[in-house]
Amino acid sequence: MKLTLKIWRQKGPEDKGAIQTYPVDGIDGDMSFLEMMDVLNEQLIEKGEEPVAFDHDCREGICGMCSMYINGRAHGPKRGVTTCQLHMRSFKDGDTIYIEPWRSTAFPVIKDLVVDRSAFDRIIQSGGFVSVNTSGNTIDANATPIEKENADKAFDAATCIGCGACVASCKNASAMLFVSAKVSQLALLPQGDPERKSRALNMVNQMDEEGFGNCTNTGACAVECPKEISLENIARMNREFLKASISKES
Amino acid sequence: MASLKSVTPKGALKDQWTNHKNDINLVNPANKRLIDVIVIGTGLAGSSAAASLAEMGYNVKAFCFQDSPRRAHSIAAQGGINAAKNYQNDGDSTFRLFYDTIKGGDYRSRESNTYRLAEVSANIIDQCVAQGVPFARDYGGLLDNRSFGGVLVSRTFYAKGQTGQQLLLGAYSALSRQIAKGKVTMYNRHEMMDVVTVEGKARGIIARNLITGKLERHGAHAVVLCSGGYGNVFFLSTNAMGSNVSAAWKAHRRGAYFANPCYTQIHPTCIPVSGEHQSKLTLMSESLRNDGRIWVPKKKEDCQAIINKTKKAEDISEEDRDYYLERRYPSFGNLVPRDVASRAAKERCDAGFGVNSTGNAVFLDFASAIERYGNLEANVKNIKNPSPQQIKDMGREVVKSKYGNLFDMYKQITDDDPYFTAMKIYPAVHYTMGGLWVDYNLMTNVEGLYACGEANFSDHGANRLGASALMQGLADGYFVLPYTIGDYLSKDIRTGAIDTTSEAFSQAEQSVKERIEKLINNNGTKSVDHFHKRLGKVMWDKVGMARNEKGLKEAIAEITEIREDFWANVKVPGEVNGFNPELDKAGRVADFLELGELFAKDALDRKESCGGHFREEYQTKEGEALRDDKNYAYVAAWQYNEVPSKAKLHKEELTFKEVELKTRSYK
Repeated sequence: MKLTLKIWRQKGPEDKGAIQTYPVDGIDGDMSFLEMMDVLNEQLIEKGEEPVAFDHDCREGICGMCSMYINGRAHGPKRGVTTCQLHMRSFKDGDTIYIEPWRSTAFPVIKDLVVDRSAFDRIIQSGGFVSVNTSGNTIDANATPIEKENADKAFDAATCIGCGACVASCKNASAMLFVSAKVSQLALLPQGDPERKSRALNMVNQMDEEGFGNCTNTGACAVECPKEISLENIARMNREFLKASISKES
Repeated sequence: MASLKSVTPKGALKDQWTNHKNDINLVNPANKRLIDVIVIGTGLAGSSAAASLAEMGYNVKAFCFQDSPRRAHSIAAQGGINAAKNYQNDGDSTFRLFYDTIKGGDYRSRESNTYRLAEVSANIIDQCVAQGVPFARDYGGLLDNRSFGGVLVSRTFYAKGQTGQQLLLGAYSALSRQIAKGKVTMYNRHEMMDVVTVEGKARGIIARNLITGKLERHGAHAVVLCSGGYGNVFFLSTNAMGSNVSAAWKAHRRGAYFANPCYTQIHPTCIPVSGEHQSKLTLMSESLRNDGRIWVPKKKEDCQAIINKTKKAEDISEEDRDYYLERRYPSFGNLVPRDVASRAAKERCDAGFGVNSTGNAVFLDFASAIERYGNLEANVKNIKNPSPQQIKDMGREVVKSKYGNLFDMYKQITDDDPYFTAMKIYPAVHYTMGGLWVDYNLMTNVEGLYACGEANFSDHGANRLGASALMQGLADGYFVLPYTIGDYLSKDIRTGAIDTTSEAFSQAEQSVKERIEKLINNNGTKSVDHFHKRLGKVMWDKVGMARNEKGLKEAIAEITEIREDFWANVKVPGEVNGFNPELDKAGRVADFLELGELFAKDALDRKESCGGHFREEYQTKEGEALRDDKNYAYVAAWQYNEVPSKAKLHKEELTFKEVELKTRSYK
């Protein structure tokens, strides 16, 4: 199929950036979206132009590196997939496709479609862990049974890949879905219990400091999340945060 | 140049690790604060090593080329992690895990290292659970297990088909905690360009900031490479696009021996290649072989009908199907080890029984599992006389709870729904057992330079069993290296900070700079991918699942030619000082073009078949691998040469005290 691509080009963080138009031909329905971008880049290199920079790595939907805003939607039109899992059979011959980077103050553009998501790392560093040393002297793994339902919910929250689609989809550029997934995972498990208060307070605090917006419950994040992380997690984080704030005051 | 001393401790296998830990030198906590360690890569081995070293008190600098340490390719491991916990009471033990691993590796790994791996495995599970890793549990709240290929017990712990992700996020959280404390300085989007050696010891690295393009000098008392495997030498593999050999190869150029490069794991169950545009291959976890049955039609006309889409898998009657693994290997059936399953698939497809248009695909079928689980569910739910439809519906629900994400992934890629029709699969390059030669302490033959996880060669021999890679990465990083490195660093407590203005650092930086400039100023006509694809084709056709002398000799000549063409005609767009992924890729492919030649040389030199290395000249009448223990029970450790096929061979003879070398049989 033949397509017209309208792609955001931006040389660096200081550059203003603009949409540029590129025609591509010979696109097969079995290609992934990123393989279609490979075809474009090969063409650009041949012509002596600079290829479009975009983040990608595992190309199987788990590393969370790819991050395109396609026709106004994070990771494109399909639900529950990342850009690398989006295939060209989702488009028709003659389509025009707009491709932009994630847009958020907390995710500055590095180049073209590549943004800096290190804010997410700093949020995890502020408390997204259990403070246990790797001493090799922990208790036996089966010494603490965990109710299957809670274990499963913790797992569902833990499947977050940290791609940032939630932020990109939110009109407030809120990172609540990302942060709440980690807070929930550890709040649902006995191992996370000792630090649950400080964790909720510190992670929310760091999230605010990074410049992410607040949550107004539109739910766009959960719709666009490639791992379909549930909004329930945000409610749980709010409870955790509130409980921790109250007990801190008293 | 140091000789190959494995420094294996004396005594019985089961006592070696304990004795060794008691015997090695320690660094006192105050002195640890004076010592810097560099860790390259943040997968399971790297993250766990960096976190553990920092917890112990060392100052750690960690590097990854991705935008976050959480994205290292361990994240994509699906099926599970082995541990000799014997929670299922099926007779598992440290010895049995050790034995299965060494047998699975076709007796080409170092006995002492493999035993230690089995020994620390149980602790890994405890550690990960303590970190909040959400492993699968049963209704009683205890941990669940499943089976993997090449073993007769259930010892694999898992988190759906995302075990690697959950383990890596556990290690990443431990790493993040140390970053927050300031004990680890994390360098995202940085690539190691060279190891710097001073007076024969590794004393730092030259790194490139991939955003600004600037070269940086980092000094340390030891350098630990956890940079993963080199499967991308085949261009198409299940590895991430960025996975590369460069860190290990730079170490090799600086004197570290590269061991057994030809031991490559071709994984039997991957989604087949669909066309020329393909950039990577996707694995379907080995865990699927717990329930999926592998088959091809018995009649070629049925294969043709499937290719022409006039028939589907479900239209072929039971008696016209060849469940070739169950037929050839009745005792292990669909759960034979990966090398055996891959070769069997190739054998059927080469004989003309492939089921897709390329001729390179076999079926992985869940219909009978769906039926079986459906019947069980009907009993559990006390449904009398369930309709066939009800059984199938209930069965599909059970299969979904076990493999849901894998089935979704398959459907997204192929547009076929495996709940209703058989999957098509074919072997693909997945893991590399070979890697930098290391001793029992995980140190390469270059002092102060260590290698952990997939980057080293030590634990899996010629073939890795499923769910053992995660085990090894975390064993090395959490429990082995943090102890063994102390023995070496104890001599460095008075050294002081490493001076990065020295001649050795200047020279290394200069040579990195010259190489980058050569690439960017080359002004050729062909893209980096053009060369990478050509290399990959030679590797797959002539150094792939089955190899022979003629093909290997041709491969060496062809790779040499591609390498020369690369340096003459490659075109790298963009600038040196800035974000330039094409330039990053060019450097990595240049290294693959050297490694590929050494790989073929190693395969040519090893005149036997073992594990993932299958030489057509050396097989039994039934087409099984024919080992030659008399002449080849050694580790081939290669010393660098500018012409890789002229590298010098050093042998570490493998001796086995507690296992008897037998023909590996899964019949």
